[in-house]
Amino acid sequence: MVEFALPANSKIGTGKSWPKPAAAKNTKIFRVYRWNPDDDANPQVDTFEVDLDSCGPMVLDALIKIKNEIDPTLAFRRSCREGVCGSCAMNIDGTNTLACTKYVNDVEGEVKVYPLPHMPVVKDLVPDLTHVYAQYASIEPWLKAETPAPECERPQSPEERARLDGFWECILCFCCSTACPSYWWNGDRYLGPAILLQAYRWIADSRDEATGERLDQLEDPFRLYRCHTIMNCTKTCPKNLNPAKAIAEIKKLMVARKG
Amino acid sequence: MSLRSPLARVRGLGSAKDGTSHWWAQRLTALALIPLTVWFCISVIAMSGADYVTVATWAGSPLVGGLLILLIVATFYHGALGLQVVIEDYVHREMVKLVMLLVVKATSLVLALTGILSVLILLFSRT
Repeated sequence: MVEFALPANSKIGTGKSWPKPAAAKNTKIFRVYRWNPDDDANPQVDTFEVDLDSCGPMVLDALIKIKNEIDPTLAFRRSCREGVCGSCAMNIDGTNTLACTKYVNDVEGEVKVYPLPHMPVVKDLVPDLTHVYAQYASIEPWLKAETPAPECERPQSPEERARLDGFWECILCFCCSTACPSYWWNGDRYLGPAILLQAYRWIADSRDEATGERLDQLEDPFRLYRCHTIMNCTKTCPKNLNPAKAIAEIKKLMVARKG
Repeated sequence: MSLRSPLARVRGLGSAKDGTSHWWAQRLTALALIPLTVWFCISVIAMSGADYVTVATWAGSPLVGGLLILLIVATFYHGALGLQVVIEDYVHREMVKLVMLLVVKATSLVLALTGILSVLILLFSRT
């Protein structure tokens, strides 16, 4: 059955509270999920108070400041700090988003920071993405064509290219998939919004010659049809993309090829 | 413990090449149920207080009887498809899932047949 309560070893306790920085006037409280695979302890939520006057504007700036100045054992992924790499996806203030594009001041009160929901945790804010990367590999995200490559390039009209807009921009941060209840309950078989959006990106590509096989691979009660149009994916996407629309387009093509 | 590669686990038993007709049927029955349910409710309200003979005569005409049968089929087909999805979503023990799916389908079938046969009895016992 669906798990309505957390397993015993996932119950979250109260963690350490770090003292307020001396002489700081403008501070914000951060409550950050901590879990260490090396001790046998349950996860806990640590409390940090960050001096906003000496901190950048984004949640990622605050996390880096915490790691640099308060607790160097805090683990999280980050790279580009401008919303193009997708590394720092996490659950901030109850919503999956990128720490590097989320303003601290957009959060009222305390800033709660948790890893992406319903994923195995490697440490602290670092989720294990092995399975979702394997799902990405399973849709074979590359151009497939049997027509021999022309001398220059495979041409595409501006209209055909425009069909990829809203889909090529996905940075694979997996905010959407980990916000989807259907992915939480059946993520072992359901591909989830991020992977289905990527799948549609290749289905919609006018240069790709494997559309039929791609649809064949997706036509499955679990791989595709676990999507119940809950729309959490579209609501949470930090790049303002619409994975639900990509999934709806795939479903339409499934019907179109039957009739 | 399993040492299968993540990709092997994701590919699993492969695509079932199924699910489209289920999805499409659920949407079509939903659409059909909008006019059928509105018509049925209005008709029943309009006949409130009527005696048995009036209602039986109404339901026993070929057009009304046919629409009633369509309403019954669409309702229970739509219900069975929807409950199937709920069970597949939430029940993860294979045996429990199988039994619940069979119970839902059998119950829907029996209820639908009961309704259809009732309409047919009214239709054929018309005087």
